[in-house]
Amino acid sequence: MDFNYTAEQLAFRDEVRTFVRDHMPHEIARKVIEHKELLKEDWVTWQRILFEKGWVAPHWPVEHGGLGWDAVRRHILEEECAAAGAPRTIAFGLHMVGPVIYTFGSAWQKQHYLPRILSSEDWWCQGYSEPGSGSDLASLKTRAVRDGDHYIVNGQKTWTTLAQHADMIFCLVRTSSEGKKQEGISFLLIDMKSPGVTVRPIITLDGAHEVNEVWFEDVKVPVENLVGEEGRGWTYAKFLLSHERTNIAGVSASKRELAYLKEIAGKEIASGRPLIENPRFRDKVARVEIELMALEITVLRVLAAESAGKAPGPEASILKIKGTEIQQALTELMMEAVGPYALPYLPAQWSNHWLGERVGPDHAGPLASRYFNYRKVTIYGGSNEIQRNIISQAILGL
Amino acid sequence: MNFDFTEEQQLLQDSVGKFLERNYSFETRREIVASRVGYSPLAWEGMASLGLLGVPVPADHGGFGGGGVETMIVMEAMGRHLSVEPYLGTVVMAASCVATVGTQDQRDYLLPLVMDGTMRLACAFGEPGSRYDLAHVETTARQEGGFWIIDGAKSVVMHGAVADLLIVSARTSGATTDREGVSLFFVNPGEDGVNGREYPTYDGMRAAEITFDNVQVSADSLIGVADHGLAVVELTVDRAIAALCAEAVGIMTALNAATLDYLKTRQQFGVPIGRFQSLQHRMVDMLMHTEQARSMALLAAVKVDDPDPAERRRAVSAAKELIGRSGRFVAQQAIQLHGGMGMTDELAVGHYVKRLTAIDTQFGDADWHLDRFATAAATPAEPILAKPRSKWKKI
Repeated sequence: MDFNYTAEQLAFRDEVRTFVRDHMPHEIARKVIEHKELLKEDWVTWQRILFEKGWVAPHWPVEHGGLGWDAVRRHILEEECAAAGAPRTIAFGLHMVGPVIYTFGSAWQKQHYLPRILSSEDWWCQGYSEPGSGSDLASLKTRAVRDGDHYIVNGQKTWTTLAQHADMIFCLVRTSSEGKKQEGISFLLIDMKSPGVTVRPIITLDGAHEVNEVWFEDVKVPVENLVGEEGRGWTYAKFLLSHERTNIAGVSASKRELAYLKEIAGKEIASGRPLIENPRFRDKVARVEIELMALEITVLRVLAAESAGKAPGPEASILKIKGTEIQQALTELMMEAVGPYALPYLPAQWSNHWLGERVGPDHAGPLASRYFNYRKVTIYGGSNEIQRNIISQAILGL
Repeated sequence: MNFDFTEEQQLLQDSVGKFLERNYSFETRREIVASRVGYSPLAWEGMASLGLLGVPVPADHGGFGGGGVETMIVMEAMGRHLSVEPYLGTVVMAASCVATVGTQDQRDYLLPLVMDGTMRLACAFGEPGSRYDLAHVETTARQEGGFWIIDGAKSVVMHGAVADLLIVSARTSGATTDREGVSLFFVNPGEDGVNGREYPTYDGMRAAEITFDNVQVSADSLIGVADHGLAVVELTVDRAIAALCAEAVGIMTALNAATLDYLKTRQQFGVPIGRFQSLQHRMVDMLMHTEQARSMALLAAVKVDDPDPAERRRAVSAAKELIGRSGRFVAQQAIQLHGGMGMTDELAVGHYVKRLTAIDTQFGDADWHLDRFATAAATPAEPILAKPRSKWKKI
């Protein structure tokens, strides 16, 4: 039982810290820390920096271009990147479809797609939810019908995050209506430039364009884009969910957010004193900080068990629930911290290029929008209620 | 970084678990609670022979040489079996305190007596007016000739009446709540002028109100350096808190197991009540609270040995705060999910709940520790901490 890093791990941390400090573009870090909108090229720029260093997919097996690092090294990299204000690597390729392809994909799929994911040549998005299939995902209706060397895909996906940037989409599609609803689902890789694919923005309550509807009208998909076997898509989807666990809790990013919250609450003056000294506010911050301390240890315990050879399992659901509750609490406290200056809605002013007159303190701008935007985190990736169902079944046996 | 127990720690966990399994059933505990002395001399003897009474005692005094993690292992098992033995006061607090700051003579005399089970100790730090403030010491000690004369009153001294020796905090200089001027003394409860009143606490333990009226103790009864005892009190109490956190996690684990079992067996509307989603989600929340509590008990166990008192306090207070809240949640939900049966004295549930509730009020409740944590978190440097520490090192 030792929570300290070994000398070797400390040396590695210093190496990572130095690298991140020297290579993290200041402009991008500022956007991340101050919650300003990131452009596609911001994400891609940072991922390419990591790619050139060879650190973009430390969790992948070595033969596919990963590093095969242990959990502690991955944790250190994540910590250092998050602390410095690096954007999180886009999960859809690196954490979601990548592992599915190298585990279940064909030789051609591995050879073709994996290098393009690593180099950020392809931006992926996830085609899971449908208008009628949210928590009951297996009821999905988008159909893929085999026609010679192709599947013909018809249907609609929704809540597709950043599909407007995407080159590729991985989709759960129905290839059979026989038997259990889970058994008729297949996993298809679809080029977003295929004729018949339409992306329509969904504007969320914070005014942002982050999610989309994706429509498929007689879209021809070559059969070599089927992952694994037809009808086994549900198995791959579940594998993907349990694999997304390493940063599901978002502890490193939440630590940075907490530090920023304290910084803001130190600048805001309430009744002549910094807000952070107001016992009512200070206690709320402290409670979140304590929950976060506990969650960090819980995450490390899960990672340690995983390193010892225990398969990723339903504990990820605990991390998801606690992690998202903390993320939401932080956005709520930040919005509260700026008081009435949470009200002005001036997205143009929040960009780094605004030269006009400013309203309110610079840090106050996007905090309310972010609070509204973050209501999503307890809904996406399997709502927190669905996570409770998973724990109830898989851990408690109820 | 690793989360594994060493082979020795695994053996310790194994032996304390097996010992309590065999000798501390819920029915046995019921008899012990009802007995005249309120603890089990037999179990105490057994713990002595297993070496459990020497867990924090350094190896050169014949002990296990353990730290926070070893204590955590023992206390978690004590929690699971609802032990009412005077282990916390005697071993975790007093023996550690003597081992850390006692003189060679004090250590040579006391540690063997603790380890072989012949001597029990209690720490009398709280006072009727102190609530959780350890610096609030009205009890006085003044030097007269070669002796110290102690006057005052100590409150809710756990296992105070069965202690063969008390460790008492008393003011040797300064005003009532000054950080300087607190000293620690051994006091024999048989001494003239020591009077006590024993009573049961709601969790099946015993405590005592103890008064000191012109009590004369010898010069070598002083523990550590006069006027600089508060740092020792704080360290001793932080060790107790880390241990209580582990005990609480043991209790929460047992409560969850009992509640889950009940959800799977109790039938209503023709199905086990665990089929109902509102109860399933409640049970999941109990599990999550317990896992977060377990993480904090681990953190406290590791950090309680940190040489930096600020680092130690931060972890210990965070742990006590989270466990106070999560313990309250698990306790209340365990009763709720057991329905009417949760209200009975017959089932173990209520007894676990009472002990878990009591833990929150020992050495500072969730609010008190939130305040200590938040004050330190909001003001990064707390210069007062550096001072006692440097004095401490000299001893």
